[in-house]
Amino acid sequence: MNALLQARQLTKHFSLGGGWWHRRLTVRALEWVDLDIYPGETLGVVGESGCGKTTLGRCLIRLIEPTFGEVFFRGENLLKLDRATLRQRRREFQMVFQNPYLSLDPRMNVLDLVEEPLRAHTDLRGRALADRVTELLERVGLAREHLYRYPHEFSGGQLQRIAIARALALNPVFVVLDEPTSALDVSVQAQILNLLKELQVELGLTYLFISHDLSVVQYISDRIAVMYLGRIVELGTAEQIFSNARHPYTQALLSSTPLPDPQARRSRIILPGDVPSPLNPPPGCSFHPRCFQALPVCATDEPRLIDVGDNHFVACHRVR
Amino acid sequence: MREPLISVRDLRVQFHTYAGVVNALNGVSFDLYPGEVFGLVGETGCGKSVTGLALLQLIPPPGEIVGGQILYCGQDLRTLPPAQMRSLRGGKIAMVFQDPAAALNPVFTVGEQMEMVIRQHRRVSRRDARRQAAEMLRAVGMPDPLRILNAYPHELSGGMQQRVMIAIALSSGAEVLVADEPTTALDVTIQAQILDLLVSLKKERGIAILLITHNLGVVAETCDRVGVLYAGSVMEMGPTTAIFREMKHPYTQGLLAAIPHAERRGRFLSAIPGSVPSGLQIPPGCPFHPRCAFAWDECRNEIPSLLPVDEGHWVACHLYGRGRR
Repeated sequence: MNALLQARQLTKHFSLGGGWWHRRLTVRALEWVDLDIYPGETLGVVGESGCGKTTLGRCLIRLIEPTFGEVFFRGENLLKLDRATLRQRRREFQMVFQNPYLSLDPRMNVLDLVEEPLRAHTDLRGRALADRVTELLERVGLAREHLYRYPHEFSGGQLQRIAIARALALNPVFVVLDEPTSALDVSVQAQILNLLKELQVELGLTYLFISHDLSVVQYISDRIAVMYLGRIVELGTAEQIFSNARHPYTQALLSSTPLPDPQARRSRIILPGDVPSPLNPPPGCSFHPRCFQALPVCATDEPRLIDVGDNHFVACHRVR
Repeated sequence: MREPLISVRDLRVQFHTYAGVVNALNGVSFDLYPGEVFGLVGETGCGKSVTGLALLQLIPPPGEIVGGQILYCGQDLRTLPPAQMRSLRGGKIAMVFQDPAAALNPVFTVGEQMEMVIRQHRRVSRRDARRQAAEMLRAVGMPDPLRILNAYPHELSGGMQQRVMIAIALSSGAEVLVADEPTTALDVTIQAQILDLLVSLKKERGIAILLITHNLGVVAETCDRVGVLYAGSVMEMGPTTAIFREMKHPYTQGLLAAIPHAERRGRFLSAIPGSVPSGLQIPPGCPFHPRCAFAWDECRNEIPSLLPVDEGHWVACHLYGRGRR
């Protein structure tokens, strides 16, 4: 199957400081990421704060410019497109952000919010435009009566529905969902996850689902990428990652996630220390200072992401 | 029978706002025993943080405790003179907050802040206070206590800051620790470290911990008993295994069924319809009835009382009311 989106050696460095008094610092947010996303799938991206998962999502749809690397969307290099063509392509990939209280303009009502992308990209006006907005709202579980209300009148779950309606307005094929349920309570999170699933089946959407919550990612994803300090350390199907994790970091992450089952006693791998700063990542494998299986080689050589069978990729010197 | 360390009886808290009276707690009762972790779970706005603050008499205006009792060693904390309450607060009853970066003072070193708390509660010299502070930091698993004492909060990571908070809370010999979402701001691998620390403190020092959280996984792994809160009322309370295995209340059932899970892959989650009511307009009768699949007339009119269904397992639901179970 042909990939819908391909990232090659995708790298993003942020510059901090500079000027007269301060040394220039480089945050290595994303380092040399290779990734294929196939049509119709949900690719989950998990990792702790600062691992580069949001940066990956934004670079893939060129919301921010990568420092290095390439992104191919249906074989076309997105990073080489000029402004006008990129604007055309943007109809096909959309994003839903973590906090709908911040991502929706408090001074626009629901009608303005949802019709904004339609006004910017299509010729729909008047009756047809209003009809399309109502149709979108009904699709995400809101009603016509909500059209003239403002964001502060809604609950978090309803706001996220509005954000989803906005993202779907232009019939995109690829949607980046950046922690879409992290600001919501469990009972409402379930409503939104169900909605996202329904929409995917109905509209044939491809999702990049970014989250720090392993149980959510496990539930919704077909394939999962585990990130640590700007790199993908393991990539495989949900099955491969959850029942046969090969990277020590993935194993530790899985064992530290609390399960809602008091009788599920298992040996917990408690990692020592904290995630190092991406300003100054350790040499070799960036996980080696916290790794419980580190070898001498881990401190010097960087492991490459290799296929250990059935498209299950692991970047670890222990795994050959 | 063990004696509870803290007994909360029919606690009622209201906030007087311009929009009207918000009923944050509507008669919450529970006991906290020494050497146990009691979890309070619930969704946003259910009153779990307010319960924690009420225990320390820290409800901020325009909030007010309007009824009930909080008994500690036979004394009602509500009627305690402010000076005595001050010595209990941070002394015998201590609190750890969600965001350690906001709770620590950024302009003092960790050592200065710890000395301040220790000297507030005990008459010791600065040098002794500093020595105790270093011991406390070692007790919460800090690798290099002397360096940490001289560090400012911003020099520490989130997990380290939370350890400092716990060390401060315990530095005056606390018997009760109120932990309000202590790991919500932390990453999972760090969360595991902190939860391990709390459980070991419970075992080694016999402290009673009131763990306030929205994360059911955290509850399942660390709590001995759990209370499920909804719209300011306890819906169900019991041993952790009973709550997760034999939950009775439709809300608890709905909450647990809504958790995404490997076994639920490919299927839809059973979400609870609607959303949490605002404290301004709590539905009459059972507060959960508008979202409940089993609700009938009685639920709309009469508030169900918390009744035992099993050893130490209590449910507030008309389904299990008089003679119906």
